Amino acid sequence: MPKYAALIYTPAATEGQGTPEQWAQIMAEYNEFGEKAGAAGVVAGGEALEPTATATTVHVSGGKGGEMLTTDGPFAETKEVLGGFYILDCADLDDAIKWASQIPGAWHGKIEVRPLMVFDQ
Amino acid sequence: MSQPLEEMLRIEGGRVLATLVRLTGDFQLAEDALQEAVLVALQKWPHEGTPSNPAAWLTTTAKNKALDRIRREARRPEKEEEAVRLLDGAPAQPPDGQDDRLRLLFTCCHPALSMDARVALALRTIGGLTTAEIARAFLVSEPAMGQRISRAKQKIKAAHIPYRVPEDHELPDRLPAVLGTVYLIFTTGHHAPAGRLDARVDLSREAVRLARLLFELMPDVNECAGLLALLLATHARHRTRLDESGRLVLLADQDRSQWDGAAIAEATALLDATLKRRSAGPYQVQAAIACLHSAAPTYAATDWEQIVMLYRQLEHYLPTAVVRVNRAVAEAELAGPERGLELLATVEGTARWHMWWSAKADFLRRLNRTVEAAHAYREALSCEMNDSDRRFLEGRLGDLVAASDS
Repeated sequence: MPKYAALIYTPAATEGQGTPEQWAQIMAEYNEFGEKAGAAGVVAGGEALEPTATATTVHVSGGKGGEMLTTDGPFAETKEVLGGFYILDCADLDDAIKWASQIPGAWHGKIEVRPLMVFDQ
Repeated sequence: MSQPLEEMLRIEGGRVLATLVRLTGDFQLAEDALQEAVLVALQKWPHEGTPSNPAAWLTTTAKNKALDRIRREARRPEKEEEAVRLLDGAPAQPPDGQDDRLRLLFTCCHPALSMDARVALALRTIGGLTTAEIARAFLVSEPAMGQRISRAKQKIKAAHIPYRVPEDHELPDRLPAVLGTVYLIFTTGHHAPAGRLDARVDLSREAVRLARLLFELMPDVNECAGLLALLLATHARHRTRLDESGRLVLLADQDRSQWDGAAIAEATALLDATLKRRSAGPYQVQAAIACLHSAAPTYAATDWEQIVMLYRQLEHYLPTAVVRVNRAVAEAELAGPERGLELLATVEGTARWHMWWSAKADFLRRLNRTVEAAHAYREALSCEMNDSDRRFLEGRLGDLVAASDS
């Protein structure tokens, strides 16, 4: 079965915001999804990420062995930020879209569904 | 090569390709194998005669070509064995009884693909058009179109876009993408974006063929009948839309005796049949409007009251600028040009769209507000449009200027 990454993007403006009650509500929604998708054997992995304020971007300039440059912050400042991801084990893209639409991030933000690359050898 | 053989290969090719995609699960392999089979057919058939079942012959030959390719290219023996087993044992008839072309159409028009990609894929795979033909029709270079098609195929493969007809309960989500693709192919042909208005009329014919296929495969889905009726009733009038010099002729001035009466009758019958099933949709409403226009014996005898009512209903489904400008034109026929101007003023985002300006210019002309009308015609002419529309608008502006000078 093909695997997909469901990348959860949420508005940068709401990152790390919200009252404890709102967080509890969102966590409850994620737990509900986790239980449902877990019971269906769809979830093959997944993590939540700390806010982009904790991100460090690394680049080696001038090719392999070149100078290492680290910068504070995410790779690109965008209106929507990657907040976490699931790895979904699905029959096909329709199935993956069906599950992605049930991830709470689909209504709090957007989900990008990307097939994982399969290496032949 | 004789024209009928080429045409037959193109049409049968769509059917065979659809089956090959199901059997191989690989668009590119299916297409390459079919191409090889067609080459063999072109060598053999002219002197050995056409086989009694050309599609079956092409399928078998292409299947063998696909097997050859898999054997040549297989990097791992297990992969080869698996493919050979799949292809050799597979029945030519689909197990679920669904027509493979319908499966192919739903895959090519999957909402996960961009509209550009859907149009190109549908024309390439089901329509059997070459990449060069599609590139010409959509005014992009052949390499760019080739890349668009191969990217789409790549996405189908890598993302595992399924090769199946959606279940009934999924149709409301999935059908609009298919109908919209066929409709866009039609309008591009019916109203070419550049050159003469009818420069790409072959695309309209192709779209009618696709709509007919869709209707034959899903006869109980009202919007499929609606789309076919819409295209038939509209295409029926395509021959009278230009004068000898290629200038647009308005509906009011067209020679109605030259319209395709059989197509109009078929469209009307299709629409009548859907009314009994009581599930309307935007294509049926547009078809009803097209049928009313096509069935009116003269422009003056057009049932504007009914048409206005239908446009109001259509605006409910599709509140687009195109629909709202068309509605303004229809309402002006009933209530006068002032009403038309009022409605036009509420349509936004049309500053660079010539049809909005030309509707406005016409209303002003009919109200004898000549200076404003001339200004609106000039604004219309500063927008992008095809040559036929441009010649018409230039003529209108010329008449207006000549009349005010005399």
